[in-house]
Amino acid sequence: MKVGVLQFPGSNCDQDSLHAFATVLGVPARLVWHKEESLEGLDLVVVPGGFSYGDYLRCGAIARFSPVMKALKAYAGAGGMVMGICNGFQILCEAGLLPGALIRNDCLEFRCETVNLTLAARREAWQAPLGANPLRIPVAHGEGNYRIDHAGLAELEANDQILFRYADRPAAIERRGNPNGSLSDIAGICNREGTVIGMMPHPERAVESFHPSRDGLPILQTLLKLAGHR
Amino acid sequence: MKIIVTVTPKKNVLDPQGAAVQHALESQDFPGLKAVHVGKIIELEIDEQGGAGWEERIDRICRDLLSNPVIEDYRWEKAS
Repeated sequence: MKVGVLQFPGSNCDQDSLHAFATVLGVPARLVWHKEESLEGLDLVVVPGGFSYGDYLRCGAIARFSPVMKALKAYAGAGGMVMGICNGFQILCEAGLLPGALIRNDCLEFRCETVNLTLAARREAWQAPLGANPLRIPVAHGEGNYRIDHAGLAELEANDQILFRYADRPAAIERRGNPNGSLSDIAGICNREGTVIGMMPHPERAVESFHPSRDGLPILQTLLKLAGHR
Repeated sequence: MKIIVTVTPKKNVLDPQGAAVQHALESQDFPGLKAVHVGKIIELEIDEQGGAGWEERIDRICRDLLSNPVIEDYRWEKAS
């Protein structure tokens, strides 16, 4: 098992992702600079969060043209496991590896907080480890408002591709659980095969005892399990 | 020559920036305001001899990079 974490100019969760896999979960992992042209030998590729290329033009728009993205498309096309987190999710959408797009949060604020997340997909690989309990996972983004047209949303639902939704908070807190106004409270999706995944919340920032929770661990462990089954 | 590309949010896509500006304008006593959309302008300066098919090339970069067709529309014009 070997994990690769892509690194673009402006990535800033690359080290967190590497730490979560290499140090916390003890899996061999390495950084992959965006100029690299091959992803051979990797079982899981993480596209980390950050502000690749300053998020100029649109989030993820410029990263999409990096040399490593050509390799990532081939890797994903061959059934390789890919996980895009936050800016990584935006990059995967811009690259056409996942449907839809992420726009400015409806509140116009950059939201940095811990949210409640529920598993929305009925996929067995995810149901067993995550179950019905909400997960507490941090978000930190200004543009996490997922958008897709009606036909696209229907397709996501029909194919069980909505992996995570923001869940309501306890009634004592008035604000709704969805931090960005995303369509249908979508926090994370996958392709039909379940091999390319994108999510706005940061599971890699919920793995240590000093983090707000360690609920990121079962998410990352499930990814490793899926990657190992290929 | 100079090409001016205008990128705007699609009409049926939520435009939080446009909505915020609209609220601000409404508080400025601006009667008759129906909607506000916030987009961006990108200026391209190109050799006069752009070569055959330059118009198609501009359309291609507008679709591939300068706009995201999922959420945005674009149009371009040659500046005088």
